[in-house]
Amino acid sequence: MTPDQIIFLISAVLILVSALMVVITHNLVHAALWLVAALFGVAVLFAILNASFLAVVQVVVYIGAIAVLFVFAVMLTRKELRDRGTQTRANWWIPALLGVLILAGLAYLILGQPDVSRTAPAIPAGVDTLRALGTALVSPDGYALPFEAASVLLLAALVGAVYVAVGRRS
Amino acid sequence: MILAAALFCIGLFGVLSRKNAIAILLGIELMLNAVNINLVAFWRYLDPSRMAGQVFAIIVFATAAAEVAVGLALIISVYRRRSTILADEIDLMKW
Repeated sequence: MTPDQIIFLISAVLILVSALMVVITHNLVHAALWLVAALFGVAVLFAILNASFLAVVQVVVYIGAIAVLFVFAVMLTRKELRDRGTQTRANWWIPALLGVLILAGLAYLILGQPDVSRTAPAIPAGVDTLRALGTALVSPDGYALPFEAASVLLLAALVGAVYVAVGRRS
Repeated sequence: MILAAALFCIGLFGVLSRKNAIAILLGIELMLNAVNINLVAFWRYLDPSRMAGQVFAIIVFATAAAEVAVGLALIISVYRRRSTILADEIDLMKW
């Protein structure tokens, strides 16, 4: 087993176990923390796949901002969070069955494809993916338009969130 | 890819079976991460010299961040009004 595969297996197990704990645990703060563990595993995965910028962005944005937001929201809505009472609906076995069926179907489809377990091709020498990504994001005949659209989207989300959260008092 | 599919299904189970609205949002985040894993894997294995895969993943990131912010703001606002965030009890718009 190459070191890459070992690291992939370890991070895959980490991600799946953390994700399972996120949706199963009764304590909501624990769920948010398990999400942090899962997101960190995903960042490790990105780093293995040579997507270094994405790995760092994942840690900074997802863990540093979004997971923190979740913890804030969990703290602010504390009254309903007492850990007594069930946290999953009464008919939870239906989504579980659905999840398992969909997973089985997807796995079958994926494994039926040719070429499914090859190793990654080497990155052509001299291609600096990070620099190419930066150039592509801002060059007009690259992806500057989606980039700007994403920033407008974030602006709209920011304004919307502030308005929704503050609305009553202003 | 199977990892991403499994992650997606776990998130789906979480979304469909939890009562607390914030827990539902956590499941949605897991699903979005699964999609991102797939995108980056495809980018790396098929053509690492084109940037479309990574740019797509970054746009998904930005969208997920925006949606989490708005979703949490909505949940907090609903909590202030109705003092509950259990999805079953927020039923003003039902029949």
